Amino acid sequence: MKAHLLSAADLTRDDALLVLDTAQELAQIADRPIKKLPTLRGRTVVNLFYEDSTRTRISFEAAAKRLSADVINFSAKGSSVSKGESLKDTALTLEAMGADAVVIRHSASGAPHRLATSGWIRGSVVNAGDGTHEHPTQALLDAYTIREHLGGGAGDLAGRRVTIVGDVLHSRVARSNVHLLHTLGAQVTLVAPPTLLPVGVEQWPCEVSYSIDAPLPQTDAVMMLRVQAERMDSAFFPSAREYSRRYGLDARRMAALPEHAIVMHPGPMNRGMEIGSDVADSERSVIVEQVTNGVSVRMAVLYLLLGGAPLVADEEESA
Amino acid sequence: MDAGTTTQDSAGMHPGDKPVMSESDIARAITRMAHEIDERTTGAHDVILLGIPTRGVELATRLGARLSEIQGRAVPVGSLDITMYRDDLRRRPARALLPTEIPAAGVDDALVVLVDDVLYSGRTVRAALDALNDVGRPRAVQLAVLVDRGHRELPIRADYVGKNLPTSMRENVRVALAERDGEDGVYLSGPKEQS
Repeated sequence: MKAHLLSAADLTRDDALLVLDTAQELAQIADRPIKKLPTLRGRTVVNLFYEDSTRTRISFEAAAKRLSADVINFSAKGSSVSKGESLKDTALTLEAMGADAVVIRHSASGAPHRLATSGWIRGSVVNAGDGTHEHPTQALLDAYTIREHLGGGAGDLAGRRVTIVGDVLHSRVARSNVHLLHTLGAQVTLVAPPTLLPVGVEQWPCEVSYSIDAPLPQTDAVMMLRVQAERMDSAFFPSAREYSRRYGLDARRMAALPEHAIVMHPGPMNRGMEIGSDVADSERSVIVEQVTNGVSVRMAVLYLLLGGAPLVADEEESA
Repeated sequence: MDAGTTTQDSAGMHPGDKPVMSESDIARAITRMAHEIDERTTGAHDVILLGIPTRGVELATRLGARLSEIQGRAVPVGSLDITMYRDDLRRRPARALLPTEIPAAGVDDALVVLVDDVLYSGRTVRAALDALNDVGRPRAVQLAVLVDRGHRELPIRADYVGKNLPTSMRENVRVALAERDGEDGVYLSGPKEQS
């Protein structure tokens, strides 16, 4: 593993499998009477959230606490950021307090990269979602969930077909998933109206379709994306009703999926928009499982980044 | 896996290795230890064997098979990974976790025998005791090792020992088991060449 987790595209197949295998062992902790490991005792993890989040922040907090790290939660609302403090000054403050890892969510794509490479802080940086760029731990937990249900013999996702439907343009989840699932050997198909596909999508390692009905019968896992109204400053489709009719997953479309296929959603859901309520609550839906797996995967990431010797010190030791 | 035990996956003799236990020595030691466990626990039927990965697990499996024959019941065997409880985690890059499999009945109020290949500093066993503490509360914990090579750094001793092997701290003890290494044997290798 590298010192930071900034992008799912940076992960090699071995890195990704190490995270998933580690998460699989750590998942057992949830069944124990004492859901805690002493591994990160005395280390400080800062959750630096410039954007609203429920499950990612809680998930990172639970993961850090189960590894006995000290957790400091920082949200832009109610902090000096609302007085105009820059990312740099906030970072220097965190460094002065001795943060060993910073989990950052920011509305600007590239903010975690800036934080990791600027020299402002020495700790590890974990990208918890930056703008419309990447959300690597979400992709890892999605891959983990798919592997739990449909995993192949080699531990990866070779030959599995995953269809990702919806607002790809604004989705960091889609980008991270395309890269990671491709690295793990899955075939990914993106489905979206032309207005909600990013420029250059034809260079991504995936197929693109404008119709949801064509790929569904060959799909092992379908992932519905949230329509991100807060990032849309103009009309991308005529009406919510039309979007729902053409790209929403309802019971009729779910019936077209193979018997073993699973339905995923990174949350939060717009019920009745991209996913029908009956679909979200059906037996095929693994949406609640995704949240549970998120804690295990984030524990694995924090352990692999913080559990061992700092990478620099290690080189000195072996020299 | 104690510090000072080499973990190469390659089988067979290495140049300069001195064999200290043969395949039949290991088999006899395991049979004797199984009888000792039965005797010391006065035939208790709540014994659980937990191997410490990696080679402790294979030894626990073999010990469990012998003990099952002696007691005429299936002795539960599991594994207990201690990686997250090590005291030297910060000295090396983060390592991959190894499987932990606790028998379905749990360890509460059972007599747990921890099984490892080599007992050296005792730090692995200390970590295993901490790990076990988070899994449940056994009525007693005992320790079985194939080789006790001395040089303890903690107040820990083994209850069942396959072979006491006086060593120098500069030497290495290598345990090979057929399941993992293709052959059975314990080897003592001389001081590593300092480059």
